[in-house]
Amino acid sequence: MSAPTTDTKAKSPTYQDYFINMGPQHPSTHGVLRMIVKLSGETVLGLTPHLGYVHRGIEKMTEAQTAVQITHLTDRLDYLSAHMNNWAWSMTVEQALGIAVPERAEYLRVIMSELTRIASHQLWWGVFGMDLGAFTPFLYGFRDREMINDIFEKSCGSRLTMNYICPGGVTQDVTGEFEGETRRFVEYFKPIIEEYETLVSGNVIIQERTKGVGILPADRAKAYGCTGPVLRASGVDYDLRKNHPYGVYPRFDFRTAVSPEGDSWARYIVRLEEMRQSLKIITQALDQMPKEGPVRTKLPPTLKIPKGRYMARGETARGEIAFFLVGNDSPKPYRVKIRTPCFSNLSAFPEIIKGWRVADIVTVLSTFDVVVPDIDR
Amino acid sequence: MALDHAHPTDPAAGSAPAPTGHGEGLLPSHRLPMPDGGFLLTTLDTLLNWARSNSLWPLTFGTSCCAIEMMSTGASRHDWSRFGFEVARATPRQADMIVVAGTICFKMATRLRILYQQIPEPKWVLAMGACAVSGGPFYYDSYSVVKGVDRVIPVDVYLPGCPPRPESLIHALMKLQEKIRTESVATRKPHVLPPFPFEHVVMDPEKEFDHR
Repeated sequence: MSAPTTDTKAKSPTYQDYFINMGPQHPSTHGVLRMIVKLSGETVLGLTPHLGYVHRGIEKMTEAQTAVQITHLTDRLDYLSAHMNNWAWSMTVEQALGIAVPERAEYLRVIMSELTRIASHQLWWGVFGMDLGAFTPFLYGFRDREMINDIFEKSCGSRLTMNYICPGGVTQDVTGEFEGETRRFVEYFKPIIEEYETLVSGNVIIQERTKGVGILPADRAKAYGCTGPVLRASGVDYDLRKNHPYGVYPRFDFRTAVSPEGDSWARYIVRLEEMRQSLKIITQALDQMPKEGPVRTKLPPTLKIPKGRYMARGETARGEIAFFLVGNDSPKPYRVKIRTPCFSNLSAFPEIIKGWRVADIVTVLSTFDVVVPDIDR
Repeated sequence: MALDHAHPTDPAAGSAPAPTGHGEGLLPSHRLPMPDGGFLLTTLDTLLNWARSNSLWPLTFGTSCCAIEMMSTGASRHDWSRFGFEVARATPRQADMIVVAGTICFKMATRLRILYQQIPEPKWVLAMGACAVSGGPFYYDSYSVVKGVDRVIPVDVYLPGCPPRPESLIHALMKLQEKIRTESVATRKPHVLPPFPFEHVVMDPEKEFDHR
């Protein structure tokens, strides 16, 4: 636990600040993010993220595909929150076409999204341990993540890019085993979070490297447009599911995980708390869900997007995703703008890393939990 | 000599007492002393291919979704270390193969080429996922995606799927092992890099740093 160092030492006349590339091929950048770091010794003087190494042109591709086809592209934005991305896009299309969603589908959407959130945080927890040099959390996290993947696989046949939530509901009903399996997972995972706490949270090295490191003040977080756990760890009580609820979220009793410190440690405990809250939501949703009923509204074969501008947003595991859709009375959108959470979260990173050491870049970036295809789109 | 009893035909073994209680009927046949003096004949190819195929060190190279499935393959349930892949290296100089897991865009393609050139021979490439095989879902309307990683570096095994399941990845890796076992040291030649129109631009961090 050390404060950011200021560079005030007298320098020899031949001294020069130097620049290094971190990435695009670097194991701790979680993809192909390149960061140019200006250093004085081991102290970071400045950092510039360099984007575009997985820029796939998804926003432009949407102009050539129909509304239902675009759903599969949203999977590949932030592939760890695939269900939530599908949901946000489906809400945009439903808003444009005025489609109502069946009750059962709404509950399935909530359950799937919360399971995705848990799976995403499990993976983050494992990779966070790996970034700090511990391999064991990775194995523990993936052990439990596979159980969620099994549930997804039985519902839609896919483990990662589901394409399950679609305009009008969900693509197909779940099997009869779904409820029992999900309940079994919830019961199994409740004590496992405490195991996570004993395994990593109490570790002295983890605490030394995260507590007080990379503090993001609340006003800066708001100014940069940070959302999700990064914002909530800065003490801002803002969760789309609570503050601007969508779907059937108002019917559930849960609380927003907030931590006032704004350091890496706060971002860590906020995510652990979010997993607990997600378990609560899943249990309530399973209790309230109608046992029978349609899961998809009958849609016309061609979805013509009426002229106008539509926007919907959703809370993913990383923050707020928003789709802005401009329709032109044709099946293909005129323009789609995607606001992704990781892009805004990353923009706050260069400011808060100044003054810390090179090794802290890895820790702090890991707690920001960026997904690079979500940044580059 | 501690191993005397394993060399009954060795003339030096004459003075050692004959092993009792270890008769031919008691040991399984593969534990029996070799009749011709205890060495194994093999070809250089078999030996090298055995060693190469069973300890392939992949480069940690994941650009997008497929990287998560690659991590799943390395983690608890699927555990690719059973087949000798667990030592994922972060530097190409220590790696034997690349699992190209994810979309390759033109900006990354030049870097991937450099990474491939930095791997010492012998080296292999596995194109994992639809994006790496052909561009996948980004084949038609995307302006920035390379339509298949084989336009950038030579590929040994193609693995379709979006993303492929961990079982498929293990299958593909075992196919690669099979391929390596058929190679011969005498005739093996390095793959030729396909022509790629964009050459690597040297990354100058000082120039590209945002000095504001």
